[in-house]
Amino acid sequence: MPRFQSAAELEAYRAQILAGRNPAKPCIAVCAGAACDGMDSAAVAAAFVAAAAPLGDKIEVRTTGCHGYCEKGPNVVVTPGDICYFEVQPTDVPEIIAATLKGEVVERLVYKDPNTGAKAVHMHEVPFYKHQTRLLIGDNPKIDPMRIDDYLAVGGYAALVKALSEMTPDQVLDEVKKANLRGRGGGGFPAGSKWETTKNAPEKTKYVIVNGHEGESAAFMDRAMLTGNPHKILEGLIIGAYAIGAQKGFMYTRHDMPLLEKHVRNALAQAKEYGLLGENILGSGFSLEVELHFDVGIFVSGESSALMRSIEGNPPEPRPKYIRTSVSGIWDKPSNLNNVETWANVPQIISKGAEWFTSIGSEKSKGTKLISLSGNVVNSGVVEVPMGTPLRTLVFDIGGGVRDGKTLKAIHFGGAMGGSIPADLIDAPLDFDGMSKLGAPIGAGGLLLMDEDTDMVEVARYLMDFLTKESCGKCVPCREGMKQMLQILTRITEGKGKQGDIERLEDLIQVTGVASLCALGKTSGDPLKSMFRYFKPEYEARIAAASGEPK
Amino acid sequence: MTEIVLNIDGQDVKAKAGMTVLQAAQQAGITIPTLCHHEKLEAFGGCRLCMVEVESRGWTSYVVSCLYPVAKDIVVRTRSPKVDNIRKVLIEELLAHAPDAPELVKMAEEYGADRNRFEREASFCVLCGLCVRYCDEVKKKNAVSFFDNGSVRQIAFVPEVAKKECWECQECFALCPTSYAQAAYLLTEALAFPGQRKTPVKRAEDLALKSRMIPITPVAM
Repeated sequence: MPRFQSAAELEAYRAQILAGRNPAKPCIAVCAGAACDGMDSAAVAAAFVAAAAPLGDKIEVRTTGCHGYCEKGPNVVVTPGDICYFEVQPTDVPEIIAATLKGEVVERLVYKDPNTGAKAVHMHEVPFYKHQTRLLIGDNPKIDPMRIDDYLAVGGYAALVKALSEMTPDQVLDEVKKANLRGRGGGGFPAGSKWETTKNAPEKTKYVIVNGHEGESAAFMDRAMLTGNPHKILEGLIIGAYAIGAQKGFMYTRHDMPLLEKHVRNALAQAKEYGLLGENILGSGFSLEVELHFDVGIFVSGESSALMRSIEGNPPEPRPKYIRTSVSGIWDKPSNLNNVETWANVPQIISKGAEWFTSIGSEKSKGTKLISLSGNVVNSGVVEVPMGTPLRTLVFDIGGGVRDGKTLKAIHFGGAMGGSIPADLIDAPLDFDGMSKLGAPIGAGGLLLMDEDTDMVEVARYLMDFLTKESCGKCVPCREGMKQMLQILTRITEGKGKQGDIERLEDLIQVTGVASLCALGKTSGDPLKSMFRYFKPEYEARIAAASGEPK
Repeated sequence: MTEIVLNIDGQDVKAKAGMTVLQAAQQAGITIPTLCHHEKLEAFGGCRLCMVEVESRGWTSYVVSCLYPVAKDIVVRTRSPKVDNIRKVLIEELLAHAPDAPELVKMAEEYGADRNRFEREASFCVLCGLCVRYCDEVKKKNAVSFFDNGSVRQIAFVPEVAKKECWECQECFALCPTSYAQAAYLLTEALAFPGQRKTPVKRAEDLALKSRMIPITPVAM
């Protein structure tokens, strides 16, 4: 494949791909996302490939990234029609192939409502999918992440073409600012303002970074995106680099996911081969190199300044300086870092415009949000809904409610640095600011359901235990404060709580929150803070019982 | 160099651009407590005891003065109920490790910190990193380093390096607020290269550094 020298050449090639594809030809998409892979979807895919081989050109089999419905994997989607089969085993393969060839459906493998028994055949009828707005993850079943042509076939890199050939860097920046795209990594900081800071920083050498570390517990949507559709994130990154004027990009991601690594490496190589990366991209004069980097296995390496230290080759300790990384980051050069999902939003903002983007979502949080649903939920998986969607929709309509017929006790957002809110706040909308006010900031988007049997003291202890192991240990309030909080919480769970423990914990939360060096320490007390806000009697009762006093 | 005027504790203080609030305060004779700070070393920002209240453009924030750059018209308060409480709790956390360290004992008195507020910790190292950074930045030997992370972080001498470099130096011992550096070194020596000592262990008075060494006393539980 020769490098494309212009946008026209790429578009001609896209037309050629589309002309060679027959939309009526049945295609079987087998999910190879982390959950399905764990249920040996590879064997299912192999069985499909073997069964389809003798059929020649009649049927296509595609191994794809995560479809989202992890609970019911291995997932198989048959197009045309988006027929969804769940919990597919290799033994089901001949039946699916036979039915597909005849244009029929294998009834026993489609979705069945656990309560009413009603069946749903097509994706838009399955309750888990039908309440979602899958702008980002929706392409996953259509793409083999190892094939750039699949991404081009769904319109991939058209936004890059538009940006490079029709827009100036300033216009791209303006569009992202107008779209009010807010960082999906946890802070909800406006991405456009961040880009502008790096763009306007005096240094000529600038960097752009994808934070694909995703260390937040119970969050698994970024890896679903990055493994399932790596080109989308790369396209966003290239557009961002163009707007900012960066010459080099970094993709920083997990060291422990071989499939993710394979897909991203392959995507970078293919993009380079096609002339979408490297020198003089599509003949525009704009050049960008992108390098892949891996974390060093601790949570804090996802903190932006620690991540940059790690890219420099230093231990991932957060930088203590009072100067933003967008001005002075990697090797003291202006470095703009955004999370995987933030970058994934960029292409559609450029293609469809800020006005379209701001029509989705709530007043101050625009677009959709990817959410990882887990815990005591019926349907665990990766979900995408417009910002502002009531939690009730997420938990009940999409999530199917609480497992084993139990009652919902709490909803936890944001992993170990997030917070828990009680079940009666279920009608709160999913919104950066609203959820923060309630004490359960969205964070990166890990939503954990807790049922009536959940011990809230144990939850706080568990999260604190996680953080004490993941902190870098440099500053006193984080290292010592969390260690003390963990000891106290452990004592309470062991029935050895003492009078004054709550006050001690409150003091520690406050000091750790103000005095810590980075966000890990600063927010480490947040889960506990939310516990004291909504579930304090549980703590008081445990301590009172231990000290032998009547409640 | 541009001169900047800022206000520290109600006093107008002149400072040069690029200075930190701590430097500006020290220059004006205003004391801010520190533990991990050393003028010969790069600011670390680890102990957080030098945290002060800064008011800038109507916003109040809490920053560590050893790293926060001076700026025009900022108002700095080195003491306030909140600042004092932060220091008190931090000192209490450190006292859980080293309840008899003279510097900590003195600060505990000043801030009303209770040495028994938190459960005792096994290690009396407070991880200020003075030994590690001195060995790295000044001596350029890296004979002592941080190991592990989070709540199990520790300092340790690297036997291979220590065996060659430490005999003639041992300057970090006097920097250590708790005498842990010396203890860690002697332990390394005893375990990794015993019987090779040619010179006696240096004492504080042998070293031309401010003595911070303390006798190691049993910890009352």
